[in-house]
Amino acid sequence: MLKLEDGLRVLLKKVATSLPSDVEEALKIAYEREPDTGASKDVLGYILENVRAAKTAETPLCQDTGTPIFYVKAPKELGFKTIEESVTRAVRAATASIPLRPNAVDPVTEKNTGDNTGIGIPEIYFEQSEEGALQIDLVLKGAGSENSGTFYRLPDETLGAERDFNGVRKCVLDAVHKAQGKGCPPYTVGVGIAGTRLMAAKLSRLALMRKLPDEARVEPIKELERTLLKEINELGIGPMGLGGSCTALGVKVEYAHRHTGSYFVDISFACWAHRRGRLLW
Amino acid sequence: MAETLRLKIPIKEEEGRALRAGQFVLLSGLLVTGRDKVHKYLFNERPDKSQIPFPLEGGVLYHCGPIVQDLPEGRKVVAAGPTTSSRMEMYEPFIIEYYGIRGVMGKGGMTGEALMEAMRRSGSVYFHTIGGAGALLAKKIKRVAGVWMIEEFGRAEAMWAFEVEDFPAVVTVDSHGENMHLKIEELSREKLVSLL
Repeated sequence: MLKLEDGLRVLLKKVATSLPSDVEEALKIAYEREPDTGASKDVLGYILENVRAAKTAETPLCQDTGTPIFYVKAPKELGFKTIEESVTRAVRAATASIPLRPNAVDPVTEKNTGDNTGIGIPEIYFEQSEEGALQIDLVLKGAGSENSGTFYRLPDETLGAERDFNGVRKCVLDAVHKAQGKGCPPYTVGVGIAGTRLMAAKLSRLALMRKLPDEARVEPIKELERTLLKEINELGIGPMGLGGSCTALGVKVEYAHRHTGSYFVDISFACWAHRRGRLLW
Repeated sequence: MAETLRLKIPIKEEEGRALRAGQFVLLSGLLVTGRDKVHKYLFNERPDKSQIPFPLEGGVLYHCGPIVQDLPEGRKVVAAGPTTSSRMEMYEPFIIEYYGIRGVMGKGGMTGEALMEAMRRSGSVYFHTIGGAGALLAKKIKRVAGVWMIEEFGRAEAMWAFEVEDFPAVVTVDSHGENMHLKIEELSREKLVSLL
């Protein structure tokens, strides 16, 4: 009988070696839209060629196979410890077999553990659900995208940003401008609005798990997502930051209620190689 | 922007000075990797070139943490795209001049004055290759020539030496003060200001 660990190994391989269909589709559309002159079409073309090559060979798309991050929704019978054990074993095995790049370094000794495990790695977020099935979402988060993330406190005087969605808009534009091409655009941009730093960061990362065609149900949020995508692409940063009109593939905003005195805007980036996937067990 | 130029490593100073931002290149020869730990080490410890097993003079230092597999037939590079160069920038001007590096390769660029000055003095350039194209770029690596500091820095951060053939990149910073990243940063800033 197939063990959960085996299912997780298959998930890790799929996520490391291929793009989710919505991301690949968005890149293909971007490629078609770019003018024939200029670097941007060539860059997107090379990216798409790499996607094909990695899929065919079943090898990682990018050498930075990232920090493995798991979002688990478990039925009542399955506890965190059981899941954690399976996930950790799967990550160790997948590191050796796919292979993944070992990305867990101990800041005390500065030694790489060699198998992608350590304190806090893999990252596992666990909640109990009413559903019968076990649902595990994986995102492999590389350093390029992760290092581009940042947060703002509103109001932000330097941006002329007040405590409203116009202020949020200004923060996101500023963050993308600061990132330039360092996180490998075209980006998927996640935005979290909340009253504590941790909550805002948690939300901006979760926002990245939404599919690109997925639109927010709350009208002002949907508007903000649309406006931001349009305006980010007007910045002209382009694929790899080498210029062009495709700087972002999508913008997703998540929010929570906030303390009266706090207004945090957290921004997370996913690179063009936005590697996420789901296992239903 | 002329057609693609084939460049052999080591690159002579005159060849480095002749390169202009916007030039597409295909690099062949020995490529040496160095990322965060290597840069911090070279900057702080300043090992003599005799202590480093690979020739750096006229060479290209590649910001890369590859995935290298140990197979019975030898080491194989599975993925080898670039890492973000800006993290190494504080160390780079010194390393370029001390070790005679002719090209620094990575992604995201470098934009500081000290870096541009070092490139001006040494006739060196920044090569931008395609971020995330780990699978395709690995195919340009014909042989793993060796590795240094693998015990100390781990596989992801060791100094790897790769024999490459037609490794694609574009010059985005040259020794004449031309910096494409600064240009795009300025143009996008103007746009940002109009949107704020």
